[in-house]
Amino acid sequence: MSSDTKKVLFGPVVDNNPIALQVLGVCSALAVTSSMANALVMTLAVIMVTAFSNLFISIIRNQIPSSVRIIVQMAIIASLVIVVDQILKAFSYQLSKELSVYIGLIITNCIVMGRAEAFAMKEKPGVSFLDGIGNGLGYGAVLMVVAFFRELLGFGTIFGIEILQLTQNGGWYQGNGLLVLPFSSFFIIGLIIWAIRQWKPEQVEKD
Amino acid sequence: MSSNKETFGRTLGFVLVICLVCAALVSIAAVGLKPLQQANKLLDKQTKILEASGLLATLGTSPDSKSIVGTYNKRVEAKMIDLTTGTIIEGDVNTFDERSDSRDSAKSTKPTNDIAGLSRRADRAVIYLVKSEQGQLETIVLPIVGAGLWDLMYGFVGLSPDFNTVQSVVYSDLKETPGLGAEVLNPKWKALWPGKKMFNEQGDIAIKLVKGGAKKGDVHGVDALSGATLTSNGVERTIHFWLGDEGYGPFIAKFRNGGLN
Repeated sequence: MSSDTKKVLFGPVVDNNPIALQVLGVCSALAVTSSMANALVMTLAVIMVTAFSNLFISIIRNQIPSSVRIIVQMAIIASLVIVVDQILKAFSYQLSKELSVYIGLIITNCIVMGRAEAFAMKEKPGVSFLDGIGNGLGYGAVLMVVAFFRELLGFGTIFGIEILQLTQNGGWYQGNGLLVLPFSSFFIIGLIIWAIRQWKPEQVEKD
Repeated sequence: MSSNKETFGRTLGFVLVICLVCAALVSIAAVGLKPLQQANKLLDKQTKILEASGLLATLGTSPDSKSIVGTYNKRVEAKMIDLTTGTIIEGDVNTFDERSDSRDSAKSTKPTNDIAGLSRRADRAVIYLVKSEQGQLETIVLPIVGAGLWDLMYGFVGLSPDFNTVQSVVYSDLKETPGLGAEVLNPKWKALWPGKKMFNEQGDIAIKLVKGGAKKGDVHGVDALSGATLTSNGVERTIHFWLGDEGYGPFIAKFRNGGLN
């Protein structure tokens, strides 16, 4: 793998993370992170959508009239999201029931649109596809970390497997009620951003 | 940048082509995957009905879809009833949809005492008779729906043929808070239900959810969920509504002393 490819693919995971640095896509990061299984499915769905929307938009980037380019991007993204939703309903009914409306809301996830407009409109299809995967991974990495803490400390489980036995199931651990609620993700995302910026001070905005 | 791609005609043409391609893609996915999706939905419902009847537990820890469908087809019989009169009526139990009926003013009524927060109740319902291998009626599974904290909660109540002894209360579709209200799905809580009695000796609905925990030996009391008062209230009111006169009351009165089989 050349270093350029690597940068496009893995750069968004830490160096240019869509949630931590660009602060995009936070809404769904709050909603679907109460369990790791949900977060994983959401991650895969977003990777699929960003990768393919970047690919298709990049393929036709020289044909898109600039006056309607946002609408064209939306149409492509929306179609892909519906397809992903349909596939989930067909092959993973339980999870699609739990994620319900949030799969549909990938349409409004700023990461997808942001990458289409900022990257795929200028770059070649292959590298755009990788950029889509990379940004999906970056989004997913934050989601998984948030879900890890919320599920472990809120429910005492990891991927549904019991780690800390809850008092309501006869154990010793009193589940943290705050982490069960969506807004607790704000705290965790804040801490993640702080940790990343401690590690990579160049991400800190200048006053 | 060539200037000819910005003309009105070309832009319109481009948008049309994109629309056609996207529409085709979505239609292919929706139509092509429909049979699988419907099978999933049906399987989900049948699993919940088997769970409510207690049969699911006899199929092992993670039964495959084949054994679920097989058991369902062999042991469960769906019947349509008229809720107002409590009689069994003819009707297609497979296409009946409570949610669309309860939105249709011709097929639903406004309850006078709407404790379950339904605003409209469908006039018909599909109930499930679960039978033993020998064809003896074992459990009656009644669908219930009522408001929780955030939204309507859909589920099933499994009752013995005396319509009094509880087999189970199983929720299948709800939007309650995970860890609090959604604990109605916790197997430990569901295990509190079997054996409880819905009615007292005078024939009044007596089942209740008790804050701080039901007393030992209380056949009408079930522990309320801690931290989820509104969901617990919702569960209690939903059951009271559906066992009452505007729910399955007339049907229960008719068949309490047998006659269903």
